[in-house]
Amino acid sequence: MPDKMHIQLTVNGRNEEFLAEPRELLIHTLRERMNITGPHVGCETSHCGACTVIVNDKAIKACTMFVAQANGSEITTIEGLGNPDSLHVLQESFREHHGLQCGYCTPGMITRATKLLEETPNPTEEEVRFGMAGNLCRCTGYQNIVKSILAAAAQMNAAQEAAE
Amino acid sequence: MKDDIQTREDRVSNLKGLGSSRKRVEDARFTQGKGNYVDDIKMPGMLHGDFVRSPHAHARVKSINIEQAMALDGVVAVLTAKDLEPLNLHWMPTLAGDKQMVLADGKVLFQGQEVAFVVARDRYVAADAVELVEVEYEELPVLVNPFAALESEVVLREDLEAGADGAHGPRKHHNHIFLWEEGDKVATEQVLDNAEVVAEETVYYHRTHPCPLETCGTVASMDKVNGKLTLYGTFQAPHVVRTVASILSGIEEHNIRVVSPDIGGGFGNKVGVYPGYVCAIVASIVTGAPVKWVEDRMENLMATAFARDYWMKGRISATREGKITGLHCHVTADHGAFDACADPTKYPAGFFHICTGSYDIPVAYVGVDGVYTNKAPGGVAYRCSFRVTEAAYFIERMIEVLAIELDMDAAELRRINFIKKEQFPYQSALGWEYDSGNYHTAWDKALEAVQYNHLRKEQAERVEAFKKGETRKLLGIGLTFFTEIVGAGPVKNCDILGMGMFDSCEIRIHPTGSAIARLGTISQGQGHATTFAQILATEIGLPADSITVEEGDTDTAPYGLGTYGSRSTPVAGAATALAGRKIRAKAQMIAAYLLEVHDDDVEFDVDRFVVKGAPERFKTMKEIAFAAYNQAIPGVEPGLEAVSYYDPPNMTYPFGAYICVMEIDVDTGTTEIRQFYALDDCGTRINPMVIEGQVHGGLTEAFAIAMGQEIAYDELGNCKTGTLMDFFIPTSWETPHYTTDHTETPSPHHPIGAKGVGESPNVGGVPAFSNAVHDAFRPFGLRHANMPHDHWRVWKIANDLGLHV
Ligand code: FES
Ligand code: FES
Repeated sequence: MPDKMHIQLTVNGRNEEFLAEPRELLIHTLRERMNITGPHVGCETSHCGACTVIVNDKAIKACTMFVAQANGSEITTIEGLGNPDSLHVLQESFREHHGLQCGYCTPGMITRATKLLEETPNPTEEEVRFGMAGNLCRCTGYQNIVKSILAAAAQMNAAQEAAE
Repeated sequence: MKDDIQTREDRVSNLKGLGSSRKRVEDARFTQGKGNYVDDIKMPGMLHGDFVRSPHAHARVKSINIEQAMALDGVVAVLTAKDLEPLNLHWMPTLAGDKQMVLADGKVLFQGQEVAFVVARDRYVAADAVELVEVEYEELPVLVNPFAALESEVVLREDLEAGADGAHGPRKHHNHIFLWEEGDKVATEQVLDNAEVVAEETVYYHRTHPCPLETCGTVASMDKVNGKLTLYGTFQAPHVVRTVASILSGIEEHNIRVVSPDIGGGFGNKVGVYPGYVCAIVASIVTGAPVKWVEDRMENLMATAFARDYWMKGRISATREGKITGLHCHVTADHGAFDACADPTKYPAGFFHICTGSYDIPVAYVGVDGVYTNKAPGGVAYRCSFRVTEAAYFIERMIEVLAIELDMDAAELRRINFIKKEQFPYQSALGWEYDSGNYHTAWDKALEAVQYNHLRKEQAERVEAFKKGETRKLLGIGLTFFTEIVGAGPVKNCDILGMGMFDSCEIRIHPTGSAIARLGTISQGQGHATTFAQILATEIGLPADSITVEEGDTDTAPYGLGTYGSRSTPVAGAATALAGRKIRAKAQMIAAYLLEVHDDDVEFDVDRFVVKGAPERFKTMKEIAFAAYNQAIPGVEPGLEAVSYYDPPNMTYPFGAYICVMEIDVDTGTTEIRQFYALDDCGTRINPMVIEGQVHGGLTEAFAIAMGQEIAYDELGNCKTGTLMDFFIPTSWETPHYTTDHTETPSPHHPIGAKGVGESPNVGGVPAFSNAVHDAFRPFGLRHANMPHDHWRVWKIANDLGLHV
């Protein structure tokens, strides 16, 4: 069995230090070690995006990152994006526009979408469809996901303008 | 409460009942990552199971050596067929009357078959140990083609007695499973032999897979102290799993609790019973610890629940004017290594005999031969009632081929053959009684919406331009008019392992006027907690927001047959409405007592009972609920509860008209959906928002199936499509935009007139996409080309037609 290494992560604002085999996949670190079960596993091969989390400001697929590679980084999962008393605009918007059905892809979708809207605050439908292509959904046919993201973008921009 | 300030409309809209686009109550937890799926479940001391699987499609298992695996730190057990045999669990019965190996018993019959089950401390150790199990195989000849299998001397199922009948009658050959026939063969052949026009075609509906985003899995926990087995799992039919688990294990049914938590999509994949479930249960019994088994994506695609794989040879006849006179169909059905079809009907080809579609066809015959091959077992209804999507694809292709034969417009050919409104209830030549329909109206609305005549004109111009060399793009107009058959089903047609396909609902009204309803079904994303509360809100006059809907725990929910085949609304939805009506009947007695009038002198109005002719005198349902618990009413038991078990008198028959407009690049074979119009008629509409979502999702699965998704094997039986790299799942980028529309023709026999919708878009969508490809090439002589229409195959059509010179 490979030697364990010392790992430090900041997950949703909390410091976490532990010993782990370097081959441990980040998604398992989160789900099994920390009971952060919002990010899901749909393929373990980087195709589906159900495992998407934010690592050092980038949306990444946690099923294809070793915990050793993540050592020292700052990680945000769906659980860290909002809370029941103050939801993220995207969390509201997905509900409002029926952007989910079984909900299995949803944490990954919303997590990826937060980054997309940071990168492209005012996206066209094409840009949303292209920017979300790394996240698969088997239930919704994407139409309402795209709608949810566009609506969230509009809302965030309006709030931004109002603040300025 | 006499201060009635609200208008009647306000009171109706407060309920958020039938017809309201109520937002989903499930979404709060899903959007915050607080869903509870099987793989999220953790129990103290839980172990992890993982399979050693066969690399060969057909081989004898000479030996299995588990020594090295057992020596690995953290490995608790390695189970093989030898360990299961004393428990009589090395084989298990399938839902189709056959049996299936749980772990390889002497041989393997498909690539990916379960050979041994490793149980270890965590999933990494389990995976390491799988590599350490040594299995010696002797390869045997592989049969992947069902036609070849029926000719071959190679015996796949050596466990079956030669010459003995199968579950569905005589077997013609050692690799043959059944022949099933329906309709009048002699009369049909006579009509076809003497017809003015006959069109013939063999239509292959390729093998594919439901591939929900969450794979299958379970956590089994045998508590040896109190003798109870708890089974969490991705089960579309938890009650059936309990019964099957009890029969297999000998544990009494009251000592088994099956729980389906949140399910990450099902689409038929999660109806069947898989070896992983059995092994996890046995492993928990053996080790005394909870055991989790969750398959990975590759295992999911290779070993559980394929769909389709139907070779349909059809002949359809008509008069020269286009009136269809007869339909003949013979199917060669590839069932893989075991006949493990998750078939809820009494017929081995499910509802395939709905293949006369939406047309008034006087005489018809179908015959289906089931065949064993060295492919994965399963055979599930991937987002359809079992074998309906095959039937719909078959007839909608045959109509197009007949239109070519008649040199007729395919929209017109459909119109002149539709079952007419006044013919309902309509008795089909193959034995079904269609409940209601208004096909002509729906068709006209659809053609009008897409401006069909303009499209045809544009297409003709495009063909001209193409011939002149002005463009390399063709335009296809894909038409489909489908009739679904859902809501399994009347106990007379449908059962699973002998259990009739009723469903159930139990309601308890709480004293303060809120309620809980429990159903025998289980949502996999359809939003039952939202929509069933709406049915109930309208029936009992309490707001949907005050009604909790619970499903999936066999200890608390009434027995039901689960969710698939669009059966939840037609069956459990009906049970819900009827249970609600029982509540209302009792509430009426209570109201009459409180208002000091005779029972017959009060009537229900939205959320209350009012005294007839004196609407200012009323009792709200909330008041009645309270009274039910705190007043002694002579002759009336305290409390307000009801339960209803519903055996539907008939299936329901949703229908729809889909039109797909497709641009095809002749030189690259790439396709682009320019427009997709979907009109659905699912009877009474419970929640339009949810219906639209179901249609989007079903159409996208149809798009995938028609345009690229398949489970493919090479001649050695290697599955070539075991990852999402090779198995096509469309992303947001390729997926088309859809326009939805509807007509509303209620089912006359359903308590609220609803028919079910989840599967219609898959049933109707596949032929719409496929017909668009065919239609584009029709002017150049294409009759039929098999799906999936990926870019290479479309390019190949163009090439074969000589369009590349
Ligand atoms: S589980 Fe990570 S991309 Fe699918
Ligand atoms: S909502 Fe089910 S996979 Fe997206």
